[in-house]
Amino acid sequence: MKQLSEKYKITTPSKSANLEIIRDFVGKLARRAGFSEDHVNKIQLATDEACTNVVKHAYKNVPAGPIEVDVTLNREKFVVTVSDKGIGFDLNNLVQPNMVEYLNQYKKGGLGIHLIQTLMDEVVFKVNPFHKNSVKMVKYIHRSESADKLRQQEMIMERTKNRG
Amino acid sequence: MEQNQFEVIRKDQDDVSILTIRGYLDAHTAPDFEKAIQELLENKRYKIVVDFSELDYISSAGLGVFMGFIEDVRKNGGDIKLARLNERVFKIFDLLGFPNLYEIYENLDKAMEKFQLG
Repeated sequence: MKQLSEKYKITTPSKSANLEIIRDFVGKLARRAGFSEDHVNKIQLATDEACTNVVKHAYKNVPAGPIEVDVTLNREKFVVTVSDKGIGFDLNNLVQPNMVEYLNQYKKGGLGIHLIQTLMDEVVFKVNPFHKNSVKMVKYIHRSESADKLRQQEMIMERTKNRG
Repeated sequence: MEQNQFEVIRKDQDDVSILTIRGYLDAHTAPDFEKAIQELLENKRYKIVVDFSELDYISSAGLGVFMGFIEDVRKNGGDIKLARLNERVFKIFDLLGFPNLYEIYENLDKAMEKFQLG
């Protein structure tokens, strides 16, 4: 039987002043979906990062176009898709930073995509410049707490290993 | 700027400046925080404690402000110490490994004490 989904959408001008509105929008829906506050925070931050990238890069800080944020939710998953009609980006540049090097070299910026991929369960990028670029971010509703804890432990071990 | 969005309150205690940040620190409000730190550097005040007790939210734009200044501050014999992060904010710092680069304290006294100890 086909699962019923609820769909919500907000469209705002591409301005950093609108990030708060977008965070509130996804946050309220994530709470309604029954996520813990921790997961609500993750969804909000991932969405913020995706929208910030649109403001800064897709439209180069000029509020020339819209940011569209679609939320689809059903019993299985919560999906946030951030879309824009800007210049797009090179998918080959989506490389996870080495955080040890990043911090040692006092680098700045470029952590948005890394955060999105760390905070969300699945991330899909699509590029179609000046038509529709999008990042689809999925959080599974019934993902087990133990799987989250395991992932956190793996990240801690990785960081400890990198410290040497 | 709208009320309650973001605010930085500065308090100088001898050669240490305490910046209390309030509200949310994202791409929109980060420039205000940058300005506050820039002002300290222009006044050659390099011992900085940032009090997070009233900060509700931070994104990578906010973290970027710290990264933009920490090298200069340390080259001048100072530091940016972080105090009183709530769980939500600390998790983001921790996720990115920032505790490896920054000293994080539960209270302001311990952060201030560290400056006095050198």
